[in-house]
Amino acid sequence: MIASGGIGDVFARARAERRAALIPYVVAGDPDRETTLAVIDALTQAGADLIELGIPYGDPLADGPTIAAAGQRALGAGIKFADSIEIAAQARARGAAPILFFTYVNPVDHYGAERFARDARDAGAAGAIVPDVPLEELDAFAPPLRAAGLAIPLLIAPTTPHARAARIAAASSGFVYLVSRLGVTGARREPDVGWVAAEIARLRTTTQLPIAVGFGISTPAHVAAIGAVADGVVVGSAVVDSYAGSRGDEAAAKVGAYAASLRAALPSRG
Amino acid sequence: MSIQTEQTPDARGYFGRFGGVFVPEVLMEALARLEQATREAFADPAFWSEYEGLLRDYVGRPSPIYHAERLVDGPHAPIIFKREDTNHTGAHKINNTVGQALLARRMGKTRLIAETGAGQHGVATATIGAKMGMQVDVYMGAVDVERQALNVYLMKLLGATVYPVESGTRTLKDATNEAFREWAARVEDTFYVIGSVVGAHPYPYLVREFQKVIGVEARAQILERYGRLPSDVVACVGGGSNAMGIFRGFVDDGAVNLWGVEAAGHGVREIDTAASLNAGSVGILHGSRSYVLQDGEGQVRDTHSISAGLDYPGVGPEHSFLKDSGRARYVAIDDDDALAAFHHTARREGIVPALESAHAIAFAQRLAAERGPDGLIVVNLSGRGDKDVRTVAALEGTEVLK
Ligand SMILES: Cc1ncc(COP(=O)(O)O)c(C=O)c1O
Repeated sequence: MIASGGIGDVFARARAERRAALIPYVVAGDPDRETTLAVIDALTQAGADLIELGIPYGDPLADGPTIAAAGQRALGAGIKFADSIEIAAQARARGAAPILFFTYVNPVDHYGAERFARDARDAGAAGAIVPDVPLEELDAFAPPLRAAGLAIPLLIAPTTPHARAARIAAASSGFVYLVSRLGVTGARREPDVGWVAAEIARLRTTTQLPIAVGFGISTPAHVAAIGAVADGVVVGSAVVDSYAGSRGDEAAAKVGAYAASLRAALPSRG
Repeated sequence: MSIQTEQTPDARGYFGRFGGVFVPEVLMEALARLEQATREAFADPAFWSEYEGLLRDYVGRPSPIYHAERLVDGPHAPIIFKREDTNHTGAHKINNTVGQALLARRMGKTRLIAETGAGQHGVATATIGAKMGMQVDVYMGAVDVERQALNVYLMKLLGATVYPVESGTRTLKDATNEAFREWAARVEDTFYVIGSVVGAHPYPYLVREFQKVIGVEARAQILERYGRLPSDVVACVGGGSNAMGIFRGFVDDGAVNLWGVEAAGHGVREIDTAASLNAGSVGILHGSRSYVLQDGEGQVRDTHSISAGLDYPGVGPEHSFLKDSGRARYVAIDDDDALAAFHHTARREGIVPALESAHAIAFAQRLAAERGPDGLIVVNLSGRGDKDVRTVAALEGTEVLK
């Protein structure tokens, strides 16, 4: 199967360069619109291959305190669902790396899945992750996104039984998102690289899609270790933290430097 | 009295269009195992006999029914209290925690976690945890930890650890988020004891089954004493567990009117309300689709009620189903009327009700006058008001305890 849309190109290019893709996560509107645009530019310049853009939600069940607080800052700044899509459109128009939305089912439900699919496509986004929609509920929201050519990477957790993981991979598009540890985003425990490598090897027997790994990856050393076995490395809370408390150019400089350190840590693969 | 199970939600956990499972993948396997364990336990007479034994000897069931004769002046329908306030720990919450703790033990779990608002469910979980020798960790919004210092201390006394939750609005909604997150982080040894008929499938169903003892008992008691079914059954609705519990006994009796009483707070048309079914819209919160107090963007709203146990922006999916089907009706009582009923019940009956239950009483007083002597109204007195004495005293400018 050919990986779909913009995301396929992301992984193809990284593979051609014999490395994993770097996928940082930021929250749209944290702490304001202009800062987010500057941060996305800085991430792109630092070599981010794909940017996960969080659409803020007040009750993010899959997120730890760092990302939850970033969402609150954005909501406090008055960021609406449509603003997040507009931020993505503006960023893409000025040459940002491909953008993948990350949000929750309730805001999507209210915006409307069809409208979200249309507006996300028009904004030039590559897809969306909605972590509180499991496989069983996918039909309620995925069809319009698929029809609009958007990728829907699904999550596989350490608790997911093997047979179910294969079904999740089969229903995913763009890539498969392997959660590296139990719990929510942001906890700082050493990733279990041995487990991740074994899980990736198993998944490769059931899917052709690239496999990205995230949750709890926070240092260049983690990126080096996971980047040696995965096709993509997602870094969320640590990226959000790297510029928390700053705005505008200052925030961009901080996140740019941090992302460059992650990018430099990606190992070259023979 | 034996408790049989029937009328389950469909295979995907739906009551009509409400319910379902909307949680991160990391919890899907845990919920699947819980569903499996629930099905097996519910089919096992030994499970129910242990549960019923604990309800009898430890909780003190059956709880009595009581005719509150002096509550309403003038011609009126008799008001009968179902006395859940006489249970061990003072509320209906313990019916549920006993059942879930037995399930947890059956599944080999060694640690219970719970969310709590007022602290009643936290205390009920800490209580059964102590009795069964299980570790108990309770998540409680930092604002509530401050407001409910007495119950916080009580939980510690019972050997539980209370974790203040600093995220979001720092109340029950956020404590529930945190309990889900904590479950995701330690899913292998941990059982999440949810406190109401909310959350992802199978929770709304299994909590209802553990609370339906209220309705099963009440129906038999009323028939025995009055020789007829009641005209109306009234219960307060926070997440909706005491109401689902008593409704379950009467839902198949088409002539019995079922009334859920929500907390209007400062009023259902105000921002400061907790009446999800009266003032909310359909959305997804804490893993299921139901009525939710939220804005047009699907962001959950802050709520307000004088009663911490009703101060919740969601409601169990089965209530949403009963509302839309018309089988139950949902009304709202504001802070002032609930407070008046609290005082009135204390003065006229010598019973200090929980502020939550006072909402149901306030509505029943009106209904009793409307129905006249031919009616017969059962009110679920879900808990006693000792926990609220400090709040009520503070409203009157008296400081009972610092
Ligand atoms: C006495 C009492 N009644 C009612 C409630 C509301 O919960 P539910 O609607 O699940 O019965 C609570 C919750 O803390 C309570 O303590």
